[in-house]
Amino acid sequence: MTKFIIRRLLSLIPTMFVIVTLSFFLIRFAPGGPFSAEKKVPAQVLQNLMKKYHMDESLGRQYLRYFGEILRGDLGPSFRYKDMTVNALIKQSMPNSMLLGTLSLALAVALGIAVGIVSALKQNKWQDYTAMSLAVVGISVPLFVIGPLLQLVFAMQLKWLPTSGWITDRAGLKTLIMPVITLSFPYFAYIARMSRASILEVLRSDYVRTARAKGLKESTVIGKHVLKGALLPIVSYLGPAFSGIITGSIVVETIFLVPGVGKIFVQSALNRDYTLIMGEVIVYSLILIVMNFVVDIVYGFLDPRIAYK
Amino acid sequence: MKKIFFILFALIAVMGISAQDFVIGNGDEIQSLDPAHMQGVPEQKVFLALGEGLVVNDPKTCHAVPGIAESWKASADGSVYTFKLRKSTWSDGVPVTAQTFVDSWLRNLDPDTASEYAYLIGIVVKGANDYNTWAPDKAKSDADNAAAKAAAKAAVGVKALDDYTFQVTMVGPVAFALDMFAHQIFAPQPLHVIAKVGDQWTKPENYVSNGAFVLKEYKQQQYLLAVKNPKYWDAKNVKLASVKFLPINDVKTEYNMLKNKELDWATTVPNDLLDEVKLRSDYQVAPATISYYYIFNMTKKPFDDVRVRKALAMAIDKKAIVDKITKGGQLATNALVPPMEGYTPPKGNAYNPEQAKKLLADAGFPGGKGFPAVTVIYNTNENHKKIAEFVQEQWKTVLGIDVQLQNLEWKTFLDTRSGTHDFQITRAGWQADYLDPDSYLNMFVKDGGNNDGKYDNPKYDALIKQEASMMGGAARNKVMQQAETLLVETDQHIIPFYYYVSQNLIDLKKWNGWYNNTLDTHPWKFISKK
Repeated sequence: MTKFIIRRLLSLIPTMFVIVTLSFFLIRFAPGGPFSAEKKVPAQVLQNLMKKYHMDESLGRQYLRYFGEILRGDLGPSFRYKDMTVNALIKQSMPNSMLLGTLSLALAVALGIAVGIVSALKQNKWQDYTAMSLAVVGISVPLFVIGPLLQLVFAMQLKWLPTSGWITDRAGLKTLIMPVITLSFPYFAYIARMSRASILEVLRSDYVRTARAKGLKESTVIGKHVLKGALLPIVSYLGPAFSGIITGSIVVETIFLVPGVGKIFVQSALNRDYTLIMGEVIVYSLILIVMNFVVDIVYGFLDPRIAYK
Repeated sequence: MKKIFFILFALIAVMGISAQDFVIGNGDEIQSLDPAHMQGVPEQKVFLALGEGLVVNDPKTCHAVPGIAESWKASADGSVYTFKLRKSTWSDGVPVTAQTFVDSWLRNLDPDTASEYAYLIGIVVKGANDYNTWAPDKAKSDADNAAAKAAAKAAVGVKALDDYTFQVTMVGPVAFALDMFAHQIFAPQPLHVIAKVGDQWTKPENYVSNGAFVLKEYKQQQYLLAVKNPKYWDAKNVKLASVKFLPINDVKTEYNMLKNKELDWATTVPNDLLDEVKLRSDYQVAPATISYYYIFNMTKKPFDDVRVRKALAMAIDKKAIVDKITKGGQLATNALVPPMEGYTPPKGNAYNPEQAKKLLADAGFPGGKGFPAVTVIYNTNENHKKIAEFVQEQWKTVLGIDVQLQNLEWKTFLDTRSGTHDFQITRAGWQADYLDPDSYLNMFVKDGGNNDGKYDNPKYDALIKQEASMMGGAARNKVMQQAETLLVETDQHIIPFYYYVSQNLIDLKKWNGWYNNTLDTHPWKFISKK
């Protein structure tokens, strides 16, 4: 097991190297640059700007310089937010997205699995149809419809919640409610459908029949035997889902004014804020890789057929 | 004792109620708190709270009224301004002197600062452009280069005659300079703090300012809170206790917040809800000095033929565009420069389908036959798209020609239009940096950095050169009008569509001191609750 972990950790290095290198050169191919603007600055001033950010050097040198800096943990200054470094920008927005994402995913998992169990046990009954209709809505209705709809009902009509904002505002924790619900909705729907399907499959398997034949209580059969097997696909889905959800959602963050990392990510691409894009890519890929790694380990505990030797 | 507590408590309660706290939806997150790098509208709104230059814009007329300068005098030929400064301080108590202005302007101009807006100083102040664009000569030694740079710096026309007298020597009798000095690039900067902490001076804990407000808290992406500056020279006339700037990109969220009274001022309005918004009593609309137009690329066939350009221009019904598409009260026009004090733009070539058909036939494309493939580019935006589709339709029905439309993401669009110039017809918009026709017209001189369509007419260049060295007045306006006539009428280099309007949502029954004006600039020190 230890050997496996070390090997996986080591394989992180070449993966990250490829990601950093590829994205560094890819973003430079996009037309325009951080300093292209409607009102052009005089040529000499532009050159001075380029020099300030070392963009007057050859691409190769810039790459080496950048690589040296990230090895020291320095993601550089932001091209757009001139008073901020990329480290500071990510450090202040990442926790907000993580909080929002973790809560949303927790809600989605709890509700999704619960609904999945009910649907599977009451297959083709009204409970099943209601739950699965809801799931279809969750998958097919986009966030930018659900978000404003919630806003309209709970903030504008009922006035229970503030339209937007974040927990540090006067409205406090209440600001979390709508973004969490919105963000969790599609994940909830996906998990519900997935767990229903996989529970149905497991319910028909021989070892469940054996468990029932042994005269075990239904709750024990479901809790101990069915779920353990049925949750495997969900666990493998959770890795990428978690890294996706905590790295922010531009839609939810924009609608509810959440100071998260998703909005910055998209805007940095539009602004050609090279250092910020790179910083986000690095953090995002690290999270993704680490999450997949964690999922592999958890798998080992859940599925007795898998052994890391 | 109980009584005293009660009175104190009542006092606090009353103060709490009468506290004038203001919340504004400020669009994009600001890029910097350093006036040398403040570029956009959101930054300007923050600057209006925190900083103050020699003059400020009058909230009604936009003309210069005293700021840190108490009074000023222009020399007889209009080329030297002498400002008498009032005794004022930074929020940390350090005095703002004439030398502060000298050093701040020089810092902005310093090539190493690489300030994006320093060229505005270069337009008006003698020697400023040379210093701003100074570059080391690689053939010379470092010492020689340093000396050359110092000489360029010393040649800039700014001088502190004494602690409170500041003198500016202009490039000539620049008619619009005084109003321009309200811009943040001409504001003083706390050089004593910059000397101590360097780049870190824009951090909230280090930030000192000289305006009506000081920076209390800044949470990037959440809010910027400015509170009243007790050390401000005119503090007794500042009524607002605080201004909170919220960065909001989502127009609908901003509108909802305003409706829910979470905002006092929304700086954008949702276009698709305009019919509803226009009925609101807090809807403010005013003509703005921004123009919307298409540019022909003069180096591409068939647009090297003026008859083709005129035909395309005359085939478009601009009135229909503002009535049916933009709908916000924009003013249709056939000229580029918006009407300004003393300046009447030329009439241009009006909508005339018959004439358009005839011109196109004369150019060798009767009924549009044989007209080459043409693409119009615009930056991705719902309004630009609707307008382009309308134009496409009109050219089809009036002239019988088919054009393609292509939307491009903003930076790609800029690169295509201004970088590679690889376009035939492009959408464009321009906002005046200073209230003078020159701000529009100087774009189109042959080597102008913003001459995206490669307009090249020596007569035009000569007129612009002449106008730049004249005293403000009727004679100068006439020269500029001649130049514009060449641009939009005789040569038809561009197709003007309309002048923008500024649209805001703020309840003027509740707030005093906010006025609709052409620059859409609203200094905070004048605003108060009724």
